[in-house]
Amino acid sequence: MQNRFNIPREVINKKELLQPGVLSCQGCGASLAMKLALMGLGERTVVVIPASCWGIIVGIWPYSTLTLPVIHAPFATAAVTASGIRAAFDIRGEKNVVVMAWAGDGGTFDIGIQSLSGAAERNDDILYVCYDNEAYMNTGIQRSSATPAGAWTSTTPIGAVKEEPKKDLEKIMQGHNIPYIATASVAYPDDVIEKFKKARGIKGTRFIHLLSPCPPGWRIDSAKSIQVTRMATQAKVFPIYEIANGKYKINVRPERSLSVKEYLKVQGRFRQIPENMVAAAQQLADRKWEELAQLAGND
Amino acid sequence: MKQVIKGNHAVALGVKLSRVQVISAYPITPQTTIVEELSEMCAHGELDSKFIKVESEHSALAALMGAASDGVRTFTATSSHGLLLMHEVLHWVAGARLPIVLANVNRAVGPGWNIWADQSDSLSQRDTGWIQIYCESNQEVLDCVIMAFRLAEKALLPVMLCFDGFFLSHTSEIVDVPKRTQVDKFLPPYQPEFKLDLNDPRMFGGIIGPEYYYEERFVMHQDSLNTLDEYLKVCKDFSETFGRKYDLIETYRSNDAELIVVTAGTITSVARIAVDRLREAGKKVGLMKVCMFRPVPVEPWQNTLGKASKVVVIDRNLTAGLGGVFASEIQAALYSMENRPTIFPVVAGLGGRDVTPEDVEAVVKSALTGDKPADRPIFWGLKQ
Repeated sequence: MQNRFNIPREVINKKELLQPGVLSCQGCGASLAMKLALMGLGERTVVVIPASCWGIIVGIWPYSTLTLPVIHAPFATAAVTASGIRAAFDIRGEKNVVVMAWAGDGGTFDIGIQSLSGAAERNDDILYVCYDNEAYMNTGIQRSSATPAGAWTSTTPIGAVKEEPKKDLEKIMQGHNIPYIATASVAYPDDVIEKFKKARGIKGTRFIHLLSPCPPGWRIDSAKSIQVTRMATQAKVFPIYEIANGKYKINVRPERSLSVKEYLKVQGRFRQIPENMVAAAQQLADRKWEELAQLAGND
Repeated sequence: MKQVIKGNHAVALGVKLSRVQVISAYPITPQTTIVEELSEMCAHGELDSKFIKVESEHSALAALMGAASDGVRTFTATSSHGLLLMHEVLHWVAGARLPIVLANVNRAVGPGWNIWADQSDSLSQRDTGWIQIYCESNQEVLDCVIMAFRLAEKALLPVMLCFDGFFLSHTSEIVDVPKRTQVDKFLPPYQPEFKLDLNDPRMFGGIIGPEYYYEERFVMHQDSLNTLDEYLKVCKDFSETFGRKYDLIETYRSNDAELIVVTAGTITSVARIAVDRLREAGKKVGLMKVCMFRPVPVEPWQNTLGKASKVVVIDRNLTAGLGGVFASEIQAALYSMENRPTIFPVVAGLGGRDVTPEDVEAVVKSALTGDKPADRPIFWGLKQ
């Protein structure tokens, strides 16, 4: 795996499916995430968007920035709405269509997890993507169960920062025995594109967890959005790996190693983090990496 | 062909004859046997349909929201708490103008847990934008499933069929099951103007600001009102094809009646017996059955009830702090009339308690002798 930007040109879908005019903030990872995803997926893709930043980013009626069929769905229903669309395409005999649910961490880790679990347990033929900005950013930065321990949010204010570590969603998804689970980060675009390309060719429930920075929510300079996000993987806080039919593989070996503290200190949301929580975060990252390395065959 | 079948079986047969393409449902008493029968039909190839066996009612309706947006015919069934769990998505699919058909087996809402007949579940969802039809017999249930798809697909509004738990769902009656060829003629395949089309990509359900939302909801309201006439056309066509007549309301011995009893669902059959007995005793009493409840058929209600001087509305449902839903809506619909009848609201039979012909006779007799109804409804049959 290359450590520098090296997008293999032959895998990129040439037709631009995301048009200018997205309503995201400066430095938003979520709009970049969609652009990269569609570079891998290409046409014949239907997009389901539950309540999320992307519910706005895509455009306000009568405009849409996506040149694909798009359907908005109630907050908790991204996965099952995709399941319903899949059933309809199947019964109509229309083939070679990817139905992609595109939800935030709130719509995935929290309110939408029941519907996601249902679809995954049935192994419905859908691609579920969680673009994770680690809090309810659309409503103005409230904690989600994807928010890391020690983070400030408007519901975990100064003096009461979030104590609980981020939920390990990949483990939950792995418990469903679906054919493809992957983490990815907009800071590693070649990996993102390849994963979506790969996911397109797999039948059954595919789950991609895409780390997507939110400069206002993370309290970082929008110009440093990608740099900080890259540090999450370098510090092993957000390892990039996949589980294909139960087989683990680490896809990105960070080009440099950072301590968790170095990653946390560049973000305003961790300004008030107590020292003991920094140590706990380091331990968690180390333990998780070790566990992952073992599962991936320690190579 | 005539068969002796339960109400839930009538629903399943209606779904099969309507060639539904995607079904999604979650079991709940007393709806469960609908889910079971449809599963059997799909498993044995009697019904060429995708059945998505979801983990909740909220997901059941959301699955259909997705499927119907892709332009296929969809169906679900539920009861009570299941319907209430769907609440958010009920609003959504009506706003999305999706012609989904839902059979709701009326059941009381907990706590305490009560699985028996009570119409509070569906009546509490009357503001969701769905067309609501209440059925009295298993024949009506089967026929209304087929008519519901015709109506929903014409109006682009979802239809909720409501019928009483156990009194119909688990009771066998003689039902004339229509022939498949006739149903195919009556109900052609669903072909929507807009769907999730890969060759004509569009966005559905996105943000719409104050500058358009209001008009959008007004159009939905107008379209809902237009289904009154549309339903009459569907009923006429149904009658010509199958020989059975349906309407927005059903009346019985009401033309010269001084007092009309209003009912919905199975209490109607009981009230019909009471009306006959009261007529034998020389009392000029008639009956009006509420069939379509949303949109509100104000004119037929006014034309029928306006001829009487007294109206007794029997509600097997309760909105606490007000009374029965049918009574309050009929009061509202009749208020603009110059010579409106006096309305006597009665609540009875909540949570599946039996309402007998004697009960109906007694409330009618008390209304016949009383001049003025109480400000609040009578709760008939309460234990002291």
